[in-house]
Amino acid sequence: MPEHDPKLIHAFGALAELGHEITNKNSFQETIRTSLHLISGALGIMRGAVARYSRFAHELNIVAVRGLGEDFPLCLTLTNEDERQFLTNGLCPIEVSQAKVLPFFQVYDSSFESRRLELLVPLVVREEIVGAIFLGEKATSEPYSSYEKEIICAMGQHLGVAIAQRNLMAEIERRADENRQLFDQMRSTYNDTVKAFATAIDCKDKYTEGHSVRVGKFSEIIAAELGWAPEAIEGAAVAGYLHDVGKLTVERKIINAPFRINAKESAELNKHPGVGYEILQPIHHPYTDVPLAAKSHHERLDGRGYPDGLFDREIPFIAKIVSLADSFDAMTTDRPYKARRPMREVVDDLKGNAGKQFAPELVTSFLSGLHKELTGEDKSKRFRRLLGREYMETDGLADKVRATLNEMAPTTPLTYVSASTIGGNPVH
Amino acid sequence: MISENGISVSADPVTAKAEIFAGDYLNKLSGEKIEYECRRYIEAGCKELVVNFSKTEIVNSIGISILLDVIDTAQGAGAMVVFSDVNESTIELFDMLGVTKHVTLA
Repeated sequence: MPEHDPKLIHAFGALAELGHEITNKNSFQETIRTSLHLISGALGIMRGAVARYSRFAHELNIVAVRGLGEDFPLCLTLTNEDERQFLTNGLCPIEVSQAKVLPFFQVYDSSFESRRLELLVPLVVREEIVGAIFLGEKATSEPYSSYEKEIICAMGQHLGVAIAQRNLMAEIERRADENRQLFDQMRSTYNDTVKAFATAIDCKDKYTEGHSVRVGKFSEIIAAELGWAPEAIEGAAVAGYLHDVGKLTVERKIINAPFRINAKESAELNKHPGVGYEILQPIHHPYTDVPLAAKSHHERLDGRGYPDGLFDREIPFIAKIVSLADSFDAMTTDRPYKARRPMREVVDDLKGNAGKQFAPELVTSFLSGLHKELTGEDKSKRFRRLLGREYMETDGLADKVRATLNEMAPTTPLTYVSASTIGGNPVH
Repeated sequence: MISENGISVSADPVTAKAEIFAGDYLNKLSGEKIEYECRRYIEAGCKELVVNFSKTEIVNSIGISILLDVIDTAQGAGAMVVFSDVNESTIELFDMLGVTKHVTLA
């Protein structure tokens, strides 16, 4: 057996372990630290370091170090000339003593000499410097042989790929972060535009000022109570904001009529869901149901709604949400021909029309949100901000809502409340 | 005391000598434990550090690198490193890589 065969076998073992180390899921720092151990242990090298190259700063930043002392520079700068030479050199180890012509070795000469660093291996992947390995003297004190340099070169290839992969991941993360920021900006712009539209719609009707915005907020409450994901809640709010966009084409005098409008005017006004759909449909919304909410928010479960007289399951779910929010706002705000109704009456109306006009599960979700706020379980004051403090402080309103919820869903443990609290008999 | 990697330590404060018993396989995990113990005793002023390999059958590359670190640290602190009860194949490996040039074999 030739003299260097046992060394080769030992080095191949280290090379195999290095491949395994680089493909496992350890942290980058740990992978580099272990890799340095493997290179050192493969050839009996007393000390060394591995650095990652920043091509923007032109710096080699030490990632792992063995035996070089605390005062060894952790950041080493390369000049363009050094870079060119390292790239030309590729993965071949550079003898520190033979390379003093390069600025890099002149600047750090004393640091290298005092630590007896003998080799520098530029880590070049796809014609880019990604890092470097610094290697000190061998434990045998012998110079590095050519086959040992080849082993170092092979191990350096693995290490270079590990660093390049890490750089790639960092770049992907950076771009993903950039995209996320852009997306957030776009979403924010979209939402601002939607709110501006809502304000524009409401400006047309002086008696229902803020209606679209409130319908958006009530729709948001219902979606939140249904346990929807944040994006879907946002979508429900947008559907609410834009549900009346079709009114932009209705004559102002019809919208602003201070009395009940006649049949002709009513027919004109009733076109607004279809017109709203036509306006919204060509727009690429992040939430696909927005145009449908505009089109069907006047449909009823019993088929007596408009424009299409759809029945329960034919009505898009988002439209059912907006319909409830729309009607609730109509009942709880003053209109030119009608003062707003007392809150207790509104609750009765919602209950009475559940299954006819409104989806019962949405009514219970909505009332459940109202109940949580009235009992202080929910401190967000969502309803109070929209309806006013006085209106919300109707005597016994919390009990009323609680009783209504129990009547609507008597066997639901979530809403069932004992007789002592509401003064009735518990229903089992 | 014996750890889960089969590493145990005995120390004599009078002679400033510590003996660390390596486990059967000196790899990254057990090597780091040995390194930790060695550094602890060197920092405490230990002047003779004995690493006992009587139970050690295999030393891998990471184990070699860690032993070289221990040797380097000990030399820096003026402490002597002794490797005892090393089996034949491990001695061959240590010889080949120059480790034995820096330690006393016992």
